[in-house]
Amino acid sequence: MSGWHTDANQLRTVSIQKVVTETELVKTLYFRDKHCASAKPGQFIMVWIPGVDEIPLSISSINGSLVSITVKEVGEATRTLNRMREGGLIGVRGPFGTHYKVVGKSALIVGGGVGTAPLMLLTSRLAGEKVKAVVVEGAKTRSELLFVDQLVELQKNNGFKAIFTTDDGSYGTKGLVTDATEKLLSTERFDIIYACGNEAMTTRIFELAEKYGTPLQASLERFMYCAMGICGSCVIGKYRVCRDGPVFNQTQLKEVEDDLGKIKLDPKGEKVKA
Amino acid sequence: MFNAERLKVKLAELDLCNPTVLASGILGITSKSLREVARSGAGAVTTKSVGLEPRDGYANPTVIHVECGLLNALGLPNPGIHKFSEELKELGDLEVPLILSVYGYSAKEYGAVAKMGEEAGVDAVELNLSCPHVKGVGAEIGQSPEKIREIVKEVKVQVKVPVFAKLTPNVSDIADLAKAAASCGVDGITAINTVKAMAIDVETARPILSNKIGGLSGGAVKPVAVRCVYEIYKAVKVPIIGCGGVRTWKDAVEFMLAGASAVQIGSAIAFEDLAVFKSITDGICKYLERKNVKSVNEIVGMAHRR
Ligand SMILES: Cc1cc2nc3c(=O)[nH]c(=O)nc-3n(C[C@H](O)[C@H](O)[C@H](O)COP(=O)(O)OP(=O)(O)OC[C@H]3O[C@@H](n4cnc5c(N)ncnc54)[C@H](O)[C@@H]3O)c2cc1C
Ligand SMILES: Cc1cc2nc3c(=O)[nH]c(=O)nc-3n(C[C@H](O)[C@H](O)[C@H](O)COP(=O)(O)O)c2cc1C
Ligand code: FES
Repeated sequence: MSGWHTDANQLRTVSIQKVVTETELVKTLYFRDKHCASAKPGQFIMVWIPGVDEIPLSISSINGSLVSITVKEVGEATRTLNRMREGGLIGVRGPFGTHYKVVGKSALIVGGGVGTAPLMLLTSRLAGEKVKAVVVEGAKTRSELLFVDQLVELQKNNGFKAIFTTDDGSYGTKGLVTDATEKLLSTERFDIIYACGNEAMTTRIFELAEKYGTPLQASLERFMYCAMGICGSCVIGKYRVCRDGPVFNQTQLKEVEDDLGKIKLDPKGEKVKA
Repeated sequence: MFNAERLKVKLAELDLCNPTVLASGILGITSKSLREVARSGAGAVTTKSVGLEPRDGYANPTVIHVECGLLNALGLPNPGIHKFSEELKELGDLEVPLILSVYGYSAKEYGAVAKMGEEAGVDAVELNLSCPHVKGVGAEIGQSPEKIREIVKEVKVQVKVPVFAKLTPNVSDIADLAKAAASCGVDGITAINTVKAMAIDVETARPILSNKIGGLSGGAVKPVAVRCVYEIYKAVKVPIIGCGGVRTWKDAVEFMLAGASAVQIGSAIAFEDLAVFKSITDGICKYLERKNVKSVNEIVGMAHRR
């Protein structure tokens, strides 16, 4: 994989154009950048919050040169980012990593929580490719479901369907997103499953893909320093999530089965529970 | 066409199937990724620098891409030698030599970590006397010939495997450091670690790295590194491992002509990925054939004889 786009690797400072509140803890931030605008679904960028941190985030939408990231507040960096306003400056480098690839004519898309962000970009691409898609999105409760209006709107497209699950039954089907996924897989055939969510979800979807013999592309998360494939902080098995991932196929996930959902590295490089 | 004999290198007591070595701090944190680098064609692999105790890295940004290379200040994050020994033990059957990179706050610490590494089965130890961005270790120690002597002596007492000293270019005379290490029986010199550097974002007027100052690597430092290897070759008899900006076979050959017996590769992996080892070895092989040279060892230091 030589000829890595070196321009895109260098940091650019961009100003936030717009901030949209999605849920209590999730915001979508828009900015303009030509390199980010060339990202493929599933790719991520490193976002520098000056004076605080730099973190990996997926691209959630692209319209011309206007690009968005959708951020869930879980700690200091994401909290600071979500408090930024229009005109605020952030640094971006990337896009990095592998992306979701269009396969066949029918897709099952499974998103857990903020994992739905990169899948929104994928969904809009699949619509353009005339792929029939069923999107299953799960959250703990109604107020945490993301992009509900957009997904419902997309149902106007031919063959597109959105299914929501909540753990407490406050919206859509009560139960886990993985249970709804199994139900679909046991009654319908799909050419491909696309998944992004926490690792427990991804591990379960991986098992389901094996069980029902459906190919899978799933995105993983690991702590990252460099995003350039050299520091080794993001490894799972023999793969680097920043370079060989974040989107892995079924064969690759099988190769790292021993670590999937079990082991990750902390920032010291010490193995801890995933 | 490909002649395996031609590329064999003897580095202290290590037998390398080719002169390319993975540099420290690059993908060397787990046994599985070290294995992957070996499989992709490296002649030897070096681990991330490990100390006696676990250590957190700095906050991000820690590694950025600047015009002509990479700038990093990771802060030596590592799990500590006790935990890391478990990774090392999984590499007993690695097909290429395994070099443990060691850092410490004192000669005793360097010695203790090296000893534990030897017990875990490493084939050699590289002393990181040159990390430019962590207070109290690395370059702060490694800028003093006195301290280098003390550390090399202690480590040589503790271990039987070959010991390499990795030097900093951030001094007025790197040959002095090499002489200090050689005078205490070091088995090889690695040159160079990164060059102290920084980058400032003009829009926010802030230094970009969270540590503000870091180390420059990649293409930008290559001419500095070649000069260092050239000067060290003149000053000492021990083998030299050249490091800094090696990306193509031509870079590798240049280092060898300056006096390096082998080369380490780090930043180039960001641009060429792991295929860089094989493409450099293939290129060296073709060069040797074209020049009618039987063994890669014959070109080591050749520029000094011209
Ligand atoms: C390729 C990739 C794409 C991502 N895309 C998005 C996205 O589109 N939107 C989004 O909101 N988040 C995304 N993340 C996760 C995001 O990077 C982390 O939530 C963020 O780094 C946390 O930083 P913090 O300082 O706010 O929290 P910290 O204080 O660093 O951590 C708070 C909590 O979050 C956990 N955490 C930290 N880093 C990660 C991580 N990489 N993965 C999982 N948990 C983590 C910690 O263990 C801790 O429990 C992505 C991560 C990766 C690797
Ligand atoms: C991200 C990164 C991490 C590094 N970590 C270490 C380290 O832990 N120990 C060390 O001795 N050198 C470390 N180095 C320095 C390299 O081993 C090497 O000396 C330097 O980068 C020059 O070689 P290069 O241009 O091929 O990268 C690191 C370099 C980079 C880019
Ligand atoms: S983040 Fe450095 S190798 Fe992936």
